Amino acid sequence: MAIYADHAATTAMSEKAMEAVIRCMREDYGNPSSLYRLGQRAKELLEGAREEVASVIHAEPREIVFTSGGSEADNQAIRSAALDGKKHGKTHIISTAFEHHAVLHTLRQLKSEGFEVTLLDVHEDGLVRPEEVEAAIRPDTCLVTVMYANNEIGTIQPIREIGAVCRAHQVLFHTDAVQAAGIQAIDVQAENVDYLSASAHKFYGPKGVGFLYARKGAPLFPLIQGGAQEKGKRAGTENLPGILGMAAALKESAGVRQQESERLKALRDRLIAGLREIPHSALNGDAEKRLPGNVSFCFEGIEGESLLLLLDEKGISASSGSACTSGSLDPSHVLLAIGRVHDVAHGSLRLTLGRDNTPEDVETIIASVKDVVAYLRSFSPVWRDLQNGKTPFIL
Amino acid sequence: MALYSEKVMDHFLHPRNVGVIEDANAIGEVGNAKCGDIMKMYLKIENDIIRDVKFETFGCGSAIASSSMATEMIKGKPVSEAMKLTNQAVTEALDGLPAHKIHCSVLAEEAIQSALEDYRKRQA
Repeated sequence: MAIYADHAATTAMSEKAMEAVIRCMREDYGNPSSLYRLGQRAKELLEGAREEVASVIHAEPREIVFTSGGSEADNQAIRSAALDGKKHGKTHIISTAFEHHAVLHTLRQLKSEGFEVTLLDVHEDGLVRPEEVEAAIRPDTCLVTVMYANNEIGTIQPIREIGAVCRAHQVLFHTDAVQAAGIQAIDVQAENVDYLSASAHKFYGPKGVGFLYARKGAPLFPLIQGGAQEKGKRAGTENLPGILGMAAALKESAGVRQQESERLKALRDRLIAGLREIPHSALNGDAEKRLPGNVSFCFEGIEGESLLLLLDEKGISASSGSACTSGSLDPSHVLLAIGRVHDVAHGSLRLTLGRDNTPEDVETIIASVKDVVAYLRSFSPVWRDLQNGKTPFIL
Repeated sequence: MALYSEKVMDHFLHPRNVGVIEDANAIGEVGNAKCGDIMKMYLKIENDIIRDVKFETFGCGSAIASSSMATEMIKGKPVSEAMKLTNQAVTEALDGLPAHKIHCSVLAEEAIQSALEDYRKRQA
């Protein structure tokens, strides 16, 4: 028995996406830049995919640039806004403390190039406050970048409100929607978004492909120089199999979104209720304003990596924000940003449910996590001290 | 390619000498919860021989495996020999650890040294 509960890391490709990829590889292998019929057929498919992707987020096809994934899209959007800002003497950027590293590390690089970056607090509930975004805007602010939904704790940000604030102050607004695309109903018009990043493998599409939405008129510069593909905004022969797979996956996800979202919310809430029965545990982030499949917990007195390994032994694939899984001495910056202290953040577990998960899976996960947490606590010196009253419980 | 060697997984999944010795005459604790690893060693030493050893560990898979392996390596040994246990020896006995996990074997060495130091103090 295997239970995959790490859909925020990646998803298995859907059959429809796989079919689209294979059909393209077999039959439509032409280069969209070639003038003969095979090439022009590829060009038609490419533009068809662009239309499909655009329609799902209420954009125009010409506002979609295909990329290698979410990280590239984040880099390109932020760099484009920054470069344009600098031309006009605007070198201040606003973001949050719990963005993905594709955003944070791009901002760190820009800082070393002379930009000033304000990282907003995300509060204990894992939510950014639009009024705090507004208060941070200065005359020299060129960009606000706030993720649509957090990758670890799943909290969904008030994008529409933040977008309205940015629009009112005429500041460009980018959102990293890698965790939300294909899962949430996105409307770049209504939400006042200028740039939006997405990645296909998070919504049952292939890896190595994604897209950037850039509102027409928003500054956009290529990261990769070369041919005139993507209207000069992204050189290199298009990854047509990947792009067609992505478009098929996004269309499929949009089609089942409403019912799948309701189904996942019910599973998620049952999982949260089951895990809350574990003493001295806590849900990370707001219970309601979170992605339909995201469950993130901290358990006091244990460490996350050993928890993951023991769950893996039981056939359950999950994720953690502990230091040992992050490859550094510090636990996840997301958990620290919402105020979890190191001691507790080390004992974190992220379970992200998806299309194949069943109510039976959820019951198995609850029972397994309960077992493993109790087992690890049985020989944890930290737990012993907590139980003896030597150190106070935090959760 | 797995994250850890079979030896590490064996000691992680079936840790030896887990628990507490109520009448231990040497106890050592190293690490801190902030960094994500704490090891506590309990020794029962008679006539300078480590008759029994138990551990409690808060930490990742390699921390638990290193604790387990280290206890096996000193059980029944004279104190003088246990004092010479190095983290390299623990790592080798585990068929290696990933580079960023070597500190776990260092903690195991330090936990034993700390317990033996406690024993010396109690003897004095």
